[in-house]
Amino acid sequence: MAMTEVQERTNAPVGRRNGDSGPQEAAPGVIRSDVPTVSDERQSLYAGRTKVYPKEAHGTFRTVKWIVMAVTLGIYYLVPWIRWDRGSYLPDQAVLIDLPARRFYFFFLEIWPQEFYYVTGLLVLAALALFLVTSIAGRVWCGYTCPQTVWTDLMIAVERFWQGDRNSRLRLDKHPWAFETLWKKATTHVTWLLIAVATGGAWVFYFADAPTLAHQFLTFQAPTVAYLFVGIFTASTYVLGGIAREQVCVYMCPWPRIQGAMFDRDSLLISYRAWRGEPHGPHKTGQSWEGRGDCVDCRQCVAVCPTGIDIRNGPQLECIQCALCIDACDAIMTKVDRPTGLIAYDTVRNLEVGDKGAQPIKLIRPRVVLYAVAMVVVAAIMLVALAIRPELDVNVLHDRNPLYVRLSDGGVRNGFTMRLLNKRYAPRAFKISVQGLPAGAKLDMIGHEGGVVPVPPDNLQSVTLYVTLDKPGVKALHDDDTHFSFVITDIADGTTVEHKARFNGPEVEHEH
Amino acid sequence: MTKKHGDTSEDVGTTGHEWDGIEELNKPLPKWWLYTFYACIIWAIGYWILYPAWPLVSGYTKGYLGYSQRERVAEDLAQAQTAQAAYRKKIAASDLAAIQADPELLNFALAGGAAAFGDNCAPCHGRGAQGAFGYPNLRDDVWLWGGSLDAIHQTIQHGIRSGDPEMRNTQMPAFGKLGMLKPDQVNDVAEYVLSLSGNADDQAAAGRGAPIFAANCSPCHGKEGKGNQALGAPNLTDELWLYGGDKATVIETITNSRGGVMPAWTGRLDPATIKELAIYVHSLGGGQ
Repeated sequence: MAMTEVQERTNAPVGRRNGDSGPQEAAPGVIRSDVPTVSDERQSLYAGRTKVYPKEAHGTFRTVKWIVMAVTLGIYYLVPWIRWDRGSYLPDQAVLIDLPARRFYFFFLEIWPQEFYYVTGLLVLAALALFLVTSIAGRVWCGYTCPQTVWTDLMIAVERFWQGDRNSRLRLDKHPWAFETLWKKATTHVTWLLIAVATGGAWVFYFADAPTLAHQFLTFQAPTVAYLFVGIFTASTYVLGGIAREQVCVYMCPWPRIQGAMFDRDSLLISYRAWRGEPHGPHKTGQSWEGRGDCVDCRQCVAVCPTGIDIRNGPQLECIQCALCIDACDAIMTKVDRPTGLIAYDTVRNLEVGDKGAQPIKLIRPRVVLYAVAMVVVAAIMLVALAIRPELDVNVLHDRNPLYVRLSDGGVRNGFTMRLLNKRYAPRAFKISVQGLPAGAKLDMIGHEGGVVPVPPDNLQSVTLYVTLDKPGVKALHDDDTHFSFVITDIADGTTVEHKARFNGPEVEHEH
Repeated sequence: MTKKHGDTSEDVGTTGHEWDGIEELNKPLPKWWLYTFYACIIWAIGYWILYPAWPLVSGYTKGYLGYSQRERVAEDLAQAQTAQAAYRKKIAASDLAAIQADPELLNFALAGGAAAFGDNCAPCHGRGAQGAFGYPNLRDDVWLWGGSLDAIHQTIQHGIRSGDPEMRNTQMPAFGKLGMLKPDQVNDVAEYVLSLSGNADDQAAAGRGAPIFAANCSPCHGKEGKGNQALGAPNLTDELWLYGGDKATVIETITNSRGGVMPAWTGRLDPATIKELAIYVHSLGGGQ
């Protein structure tokens, strides 16, 4: 096998790598070996970064992006400071992930660890919403609301504020050690770091009472873990948003690889209408637009692109579909007095028919309907689960070792561990009784005088219960596994909750 | 040939590797990726220096920081013990009824008792205290030596036939083996014993056994056979049998006698743990 390979390689057409396909023999009787040299043509296996200098765009989409940025950043920074009254026993922060107490507060909702499926449901909803919007209008998430996009956009705005727009930044980078470059870069990086600290700072406020933590933080009394997380998020915001920027989307993010599966020929994607733009080329005043495309090759779409690509090459992995090239191109089209929309949200189907007339956008497509229906179903399930969420959760564990205990009088006893979860924000007390067992069934509990179990507000109380049947009671059972109920009665308001359980005993001897 | 942007060797070049005409395209990684890799290597070296890392023939490199998971566990255990110290002190100082009346102490004692029970008592009495042949079920309402808190506490402290000076100690005679009763007398008294719980088959034999019982057994088990906890003599009239309630087993018991042994736990366990155990066993359903 190895021999043949060597054979084939020697006989393969020569000169693929080293240019000329010379004679098979170097000299009479001397075989010319076709060993490619790697070094002389080798390119680097690692690419240096080509820095992108995005130019500022003006127009509809830029305005929309400013608004989205203000809203999303506003939500992120301000939400921990919203208060929500839950009475005197519980924290009054509207959104709080209380890890030590194992609670997640979200306005009127309070989630216990075992109810984490609400969060799961929210995440499923978010994923479906992402699929839906992507199949309708492409990478809307990437282009407008992804934190990476929003913070990068903010960092670029800061850079532009201190160093000027694209041309000015290019000029500064040509003289890296000039005083002007140095102080402008320094102020830029300091501002980035301040934003990064604020970002990391806001993050920790979701996990503790915000005003208290802010005070501790400023007086250097906050827990170490708070400083640690502020540090981590400061570093990641500064590095990812300020420095790495588009490389996060191109090299790190899995979503660009996945989202291709959500597009179809009717998805609205940011597209260069080549049928209108080509053939492109410079246009002189007074020149006719007949026989040529509308694209004047001004490269403004490239200049504003935050990932530094040319949208005219068609859909690309690097394109986050932020729509800034639309703004840039529309401005130029207006200037040269041609209709706007040379770059626009358009579908592959429309791009193919070109000037033969655009068709209306098809919204009712299998994948759109599927995602929408799935969203409605998940939302409905969550709403129902929320509506029937009990304020008192009862768990009963039957002792399994042993299943039952025989007593000296011929009676039988079963042990249970009952857990009462009081989800109200006030203390409650309960009386427990049994229902559905033969007369004479006795209920004992360990450690609660008078048979009353108090449960602290928003907390859990465990109680050991023993249910005993005397001999006549055991005789009255029809099975060694009898269904009955615990009845838990709130002493204050008399409301009751029933919980099913089983009473086990020795095998019943049927009389024949 | 239509050329698609970016994915042919003409566009991006190759790495120079070629096998049977298959070339590897050069899709260069970003440089910072490489630097991240180098940084990870440096990090690893730092880790080797600071933390335990390399196995040696006998032992391992300890690392500059001297970190040890074993020591951390010991520290955590010591910390837990310090945290429990206040409760354990209180338990050691309080009497059993007071512990039971204080919900916080009771919870602590039950948890500690359950753990100690699993470590020390479960081998004989079972994980669920359900007992086994010859080892009493601690969940039912039958107690050889008493089911009050104090009685249980006493039994755990000093054991049964354990050799402890204050042990619970009595011995049933081996009536048959020692020749105190003849085999047919043993049979008759066994029948009588069974009749006490309504399980006799041979009423005539039971009748013959009654005077034998009165003469030999009633001093400990009582005239009516209801037992005596002061002597560890079981109640013979109830439905529960430690060694079995069929006739053959009862005859065996009368012939050879019985006498289970339980060790004294004073000296093996500290007084607070023994109190926790007493409270735990008392809470299993049979406590009186």
